[in-house]
Amino acid sequence: MHIVVCIKQVPDSAQIRVHPVTNTIMRQGVPTIINPYDLFALEEAFKVRDCHGGAITVLTMGPPMAEQAMRKALTYGADRAILLTDRHFAGSDTLATSFAIAQAIVKIGDSFGAPDIVFTGKQTIDGDTAQVGPGIAKRLDLQQLTYITKIASIDRHAREITVERRSEGGTQMLKSKFPCLITMLEGVNSIRRGSLDNALRAARFPILKWSAADAGIEDLANCGLRGSPTVVKRVFAPTARAQKAMQIDTTDKTAGHVADEVVASIFTNQPSLEGELSSNGSA
Amino acid sequence: MEIQKSETPSQATGRAAMKKELPKHYQDHRHVWVFIELERGQVHPVSLELLGEGRKLADKLGVQLAGVVVGPRDGVGTGPAIADAFAYGADLAYLIESPLLVDYRNEPFTKALTDLVNCHRPEILLLGATTLGRDLAGSVATTLQTGLTADCTELDVDVDGSLAATRPTFGGSLLCTIYTLNCRPQMATVRPRVMAMPQRVAKPIGRVIRHDLMMVEEEIVTKVLGFLSDSQSEDANLAYADVVVGGGLGLGAAENLQHVKVFARTIGGEFGCSRPLVQKGWMPFDRQIGQTGKTIRPKLYVAAGISGAIQHRVGVEGADLIVAINTDRNAPIFDFAHVGVVADAIRFLPALTEALTRRLAPRDHMKLVN
Repeated sequence: MHIVVCIKQVPDSAQIRVHPVTNTIMRQGVPTIINPYDLFALEEAFKVRDCHGGAITVLTMGPPMAEQAMRKALTYGADRAILLTDRHFAGSDTLATSFAIAQAIVKIGDSFGAPDIVFTGKQTIDGDTAQVGPGIAKRLDLQQLTYITKIASIDRHAREITVERRSEGGTQMLKSKFPCLITMLEGVNSIRRGSLDNALRAARFPILKWSAADAGIEDLANCGLRGSPTVVKRVFAPTARAQKAMQIDTTDKTAGHVADEVVASIFTNQPSLEGELSSNGSA
Repeated sequence: MEIQKSETPSQATGRAAMKKELPKHYQDHRHVWVFIELERGQVHPVSLELLGEGRKLADKLGVQLAGVVVGPRDGVGTGPAIADAFAYGADLAYLIESPLLVDYRNEPFTKALTDLVNCHRPEILLLGATTLGRDLAGSVATTLQTGLTADCTELDVDVDGSLAATRPTFGGSLLCTIYTLNCRPQMATVRPRVMAMPQRVAKPIGRVIRHDLMMVEEEIVTKVLGFLSDSQSEDANLAYADVVVGGGLGLGAAENLQHVKVFARTIGGEFGCSRPLVQKGWMPFDRQIGQTGKTIRPKLYVAAGISGAIQHRVGVEGADLIVAINTDRNAPIFDFAHVGVVADAIRFLPALTEALTRRLAPRDHMKLVN
């Protein structure tokens, strides 16, 4: 089995601050991490390798500093790491990103054998679009299996895979074929601890850095800004609500009295609610 | 990667200002389309919310609004879905019926929607940002080589008729407006409950245009083996609940969530939580409210021990009335709540539960006294 796992290095969004005057992102000192959703994909890839053998290639597109994320993935136990990095990719939207990554996966296939499964997280925490996975699948004509919660079985000889997929209102059981692209849902596993051996290996492991040309992209029209139909026209801060909350005074009152006041204010603001609640509430 | 472009607004504006004349082969793209999501025979309410938004865009552009219905022949759903499309503002409906479209699968749905777009050339195509909508929109946009903007919170048409799609960025701390240049259709997804439900049209009427799915089962690799519905489980439809109680880190410990659940049950509402609680494993992801969880639009939202980080705010802003309980009087939640109580939620929630019970059942209470 050859598995490619697409990951992304992202700023830890919980620690991002916006400059109060200029409305620009203050990235100084914000740590970067592997997109948390991608770790579920990486762990699932390890599990498949545990059962069926093979090799895992991690692939990312990003600036040279994304090498840190690659080393981290190697520490967890990936076999090979490829960093797709080129100034021509700057400003890529999801369509251009999926183009570049798909091209790199074709090249990976030429160099190390065609992948049976491509894994990604369900989305990134910075872009939050969930579009790159489907984009890659469509460009490479892979079976697209999104929001997967479980790989139920793999039949290597028949090249078949059975999965459980989270969908609106329930879980779908799907049977598909290799090659496929799987986007993993969160919370389905937890990333294993890296071994000391892997950590030592990762520190000196030669990470392949591919430019657009290395990935076999000759025509750059589909890359970066040129290949991106969407453009950001305006960035702005959400407008603040004019009025702050009406504060209910809690000094010198019992919790019961304050609670009565809160209940009164609920029904003053939303009179219709009282009738609706009394019919099904107080159960 | 979109994000990298948004770092400096001046640059972003410069890029958008380069907007050129739309290529000739796109100039005859007309009309606004809404994909009517039908999974297992039910129209997803997000599709109706999108029809309301699509109606406004179509009126501004002076074009027609169409609903796109893709579903099984002889199955339940497509008829009511078309009726719903007209009832919520569509002028016409495109319909593809096929036994291959019983359950959602990417291949036949992508084929159906892509073929319809290529045949009738809409200017704007909107889908709900559900698991189905996101799976489908990504494939269709890539097939058509056009732009797609995810999870929009506002849609508008600018002076030269382009779709201006606004979405949160950086976890909701900023908003950005995105344009699709030189490609059609302009595609966007919107999450459930972000847009208000429109009024029903008094006398709905419209034209149905049928197409065939040019595909046979043998061409479809992925097969559906089964479906396990959530309806038996206690997972509720949080997004569509009228009353929601949310718990946050201020509750201190997982067992204190009991107060949130008891209060929610007392008023016949649903409960949820902020992101840190899901990360701690105190509640399942299905219950997460906010930017990366569910958007809610209840008549009443009670936030207990929630500080009100921007990610959470994005998910609850549509609530009619927000009551916040927090020990920190400077917590950001008080900036967007309507009623605030500076108190420890663990102690206060039981008192509130009792006060509500008293108020809601005065007669029963009287009986008890007598």
